[in-house]
Amino acid sequence: MNVLEATDIVAGYGGVEILHGVSLRAEQHEIVSIIGPNGAGKSTLIKAIFGLLHVKSGAVRFLGDTVTNLRPDRIVRKGMGYVPQVDNVFPSLTIEENLEMGAWIRHGALKDALARVYALFPVLAERRHAVAGKLSGGQRQLLALGRALMVEPALLLLDEPSASLSPKMVETVFEKILEINRAGTAIVMVEQNARHALELSNRAYVLATGQARLEGPARDLLDSDEVRRLYLGE
Amino acid sequence: MTAANTAAPRATWLDAMRSRYRDVYGAILLWAAFIGFGVWAAIAHSDEFTVGIVVGSIFALGAIGLTLIYGVLKFGHFAHGDAMLLTAYVVFFVLTGTVVGERGDVVSPLRMDRLPGASDQIWEFSFGYGFLLSIPVGCVIAFAVLQTLERFVYGPLRDRRVGIVILSIASLGIAISMRSVMLIIWGPGPRLYAPGIRDTTELPWGTRIVSDQIFIVAAALVVVAAIYLLLYRTAIGRAMRAMADNPDLALVSGINTDSVIRWTWLVAATLITIAGTLLALQSQLKPELGFTLLLPLFAATILGGIGSPQGALIGGLIVGITQEVAVTFDVLGAGYKFSVAFAILIIVLVVRPRGLFGSGA
Amino acid sequence: MMRNWSPLTAITVAVITILIIAVPYERSGSARSVVDFLVPFATTVAVFAILAIGLNVQWGYTGVFNFGIAGFFMVGAYTAAIFTKDPATGGAITYIGGWGDDLAFLPFFDSEEWLPHLIGLAAAGFFCALLALVLALPILRLREDYLAIVTIGIAEVLRRIAIEEDRLVNATRGLTGIPRPFGGWVEPENYKYVIFCIIVSFLVLLFVAVEGAARSPWGRVLRAVREDEQAAAASGKNVFGFKLQSFMFGAAIMGMGGALYGYEAGAIAPDTFTHFFGTFIVWAMLIVGGAGNNGGAILGAYIVWGFWSLTLQIQSYDLPDALRIRIFYIRDFVVGALIVLVLLLRPQGLLPEERRVSRWLERRVARLRREERTQPSSSQAPPDPAEQPAA
Repeated sequence: MNVLEATDIVAGYGGVEILHGVSLRAEQHEIVSIIGPNGAGKSTLIKAIFGLLHVKSGAVRFLGDTVTNLRPDRIVRKGMGYVPQVDNVFPSLTIEENLEMGAWIRHGALKDALARVYALFPVLAERRHAVAGKLSGGQRQLLALGRALMVEPALLLLDEPSASLSPKMVETVFEKILEINRAGTAIVMVEQNARHALELSNRAYVLATGQARLEGPARDLLDSDEVRRLYLGE
Repeated sequence: MTAANTAAPRATWLDAMRSRYRDVYGAILLWAAFIGFGVWAAIAHSDEFTVGIVVGSIFALGAIGLTLIYGVLKFGHFAHGDAMLLTAYVVFFVLTGTVVGERGDVVSPLRMDRLPGASDQIWEFSFGYGFLLSIPVGCVIAFAVLQTLERFVYGPLRDRRVGIVILSIASLGIAISMRSVMLIIWGPGPRLYAPGIRDTTELPWGTRIVSDQIFIVAAALVVVAAIYLLLYRTAIGRAMRAMADNPDLALVSGINTDSVIRWTWLVAATLITIAGTLLALQSQLKPELGFTLLLPLFAATILGGIGSPQGALIGGLIVGITQEVAVTFDVLGAGYKFSVAFAILIIVLVVRPRGLFGSGA
Repeated sequence: MMRNWSPLTAITVAVITILIIAVPYERSGSARSVVDFLVPFATTVAVFAILAIGLNVQWGYTGVFNFGIAGFFMVGAYTAAIFTKDPATGGAITYIGGWGDDLAFLPFFDSEEWLPHLIGLAAAGFFCALLALVLALPILRLREDYLAIVTIGIAEVLRRIAIEEDRLVNATRGLTGIPRPFGGWVEPENYKYVIFCIIVSFLVLLFVAVEGAARSPWGRVLRAVREDEQAAAASGKNVFGFKLQSFMFGAAIMGMGGALYGYEAGAIAPDTFTHFFGTFIVWAMLIVGGAGNNGGAILGAYIVWGFWSLTLQIQSYDLPDALRIRIFYIRDFVVGALIVLVLLLRPQGLLPEERRVSRWLERRVARLRREERTQPSSSQAPPDPAEQPAA
């Protein structure tokens, strides 16, 4: 079953069109990666899906409902989560307050949600009253993930989760992503680290100059000479 | 929120070092200066120091509202001073029903002080329970006015992403309009909530103050405590702080930003009304006071650090005390009080633009 | 400039023009008194237009958010007054300066009628530019709303000093009896024509000068700085230097406007230069007329002052008392609300700005973005915005 279906998305910033008709889908239990060169429109695509950008034409369907151009806070209530690449935590709030922000929409089950997320990220539990602005980059990334998970989303959109992290931290983050996926959340992830992303994913899209150039099972793309040459630097 | 936009695009490590030192040394300098001045003033000029605490409490309430609006709504609310006076006038109207007519005042029968015993003085204060009841009514009306302005002016302008300049000019236009409304309805003459001689009290350290001033400081403390509880112990307070940190992330996290904005104006309206009323209690009701408040309010907010309520509290007290004590110096006449606030503002912007508690991220 | 006139602009101008002729005529019945009204009216419009052009140089061209116009206005007026008046007589009247007699040093052309005034005018411009220089160093780098409150504060402090310091400029009593340029050449009842000619001529010269400066390479850099400070800085321009020049130039213009105001009014006092009358009204004029546009500055001055004068005229009508005592407050309310309405409904003002440089910059930036997307790294700096010919 398709959790997410984006069809022929045309979108951009101001007067400049970045995506010229991109289609993407993600099924339950899948990890889908979007890779490609800088400026291809990868981040633009997930922002358009999440309602952060105006979609000029095309449609986005989530769990059967049409959500094109719906305001982000409404999309969250439908069960889609989004983790931005930068500025993805509230620096003056503590870890626990950051997580509580994620559960803004579910008043009653806050304690359960916190327990669940702390179980997934023990390092956050240890420092739950630390101010988020003082955390390391890796801890912030985990916090950002945790915040999005507080509402048990059916789908998680991740914008370059491994950006500016140490290799060890990148491993940790990808492990967590795998764990989250196994627990039942579909993942659509934009990644610069193409090899890693492909190794982790079920399927992948290669985006370049605002269009989907290649699509297919991650294994196939990993084996493809063209992909290896152009995007994996081999 | 950075205060200084440097035009030079090339920031060398030297610049980074320099700005970090300036940051740290600036903070030390400011704290040392103000604590030193405060201690000396408390001893050498304890009368003025005490009045400074009263005035400073009022500034603090105003500055907290201003800093909240800065933090959540991302603009400088230049109508804050006039809003304080306007809401104080509204409380006056609720209490006394008085407006200006062609031949003297017109008094409406619908007013709080007609209730039995409403004007009977509580303890040594100059007012009765009627005054106290008028304040919440004033807050509600203030919220209605501010929320209307948000709906028709500030909101649409913000949605258009016009930038901080246009929003500030718009709020200045609103300030002028508010002042005109006060003049139209109540006239230019000064007014008081309760005319007559006021009781005074002697404090333990010898200063004699008007008894009302005890109420002012106590009320300010209660309000500050309530604000603290709201911001740090409730979900809506958390949401307000989150929006101040990062409005885009707040939206992305599922926060209903419209609701948070409405709450912010509610809190701001309450702060504005109480601060304005206390100010009018402390001195008098006069429409021109609104504009003159801008300097001390902004000085307090910037000194404390934009976005920081505790900074606004401390900033307000510092500005109040400094104002009152500084005019005891021979060089400065009493008319220079608000110029002192300006001097503080300049010092902060030069020495440590992000203020005492600002995030300066 | 005429082709920018939308129907709204034309209607507004027509309405104001008809009213300022019809109302005085209706009140007095003679064409003569209409002229008696219109000439001083136009003179004051010209003074405010000068102030608005000064603001346009600072804000419209460079984006410097100066909310302390009243300060420069006041310093200019007082400087010119000090330079042209006779020395203080002491007693109840105390002020510095008073070099009017000393400055009439040319032994021909009746120099006491105009030379001190010319020197006063120049001095007003000079000292305001100097003031701007001194203030600019700490404040010009501030974020805009900080700059706003600081400039508000500066104007208020200057006014406070004028009020408090008794021996400086005669405190709240102000300076009266400012000599009039060429005052001795005509009878008093015809003088208004003379001062009208002087001030309007100055306005015309100023307009030509500023328009010329705007079209020059210097002017284009100013606009580039306003549009995108970072891009301008990245192309190597000393942004602070340009802002400083524009700030000083605008301040000098405001100062000279103040000097001319003093010559026209004959008497000035600190009360004249309040925030509302000295700063806010000029902003209202520029916003209504169209920021970034000198023609808009003049048009805005005409419309706002036209409305202002009409409310003064309306006073003598048979109004209900309730309205009469409040007419000035209603006027102020309208000016305040007008600025809000214009910002909401027509932020570009009546005469939109001619966006020559901006369009060029837009195309440049769009091209750079496209290039960046096809090549991952582009270390090409944007070219000097001032070197391109006007698009």
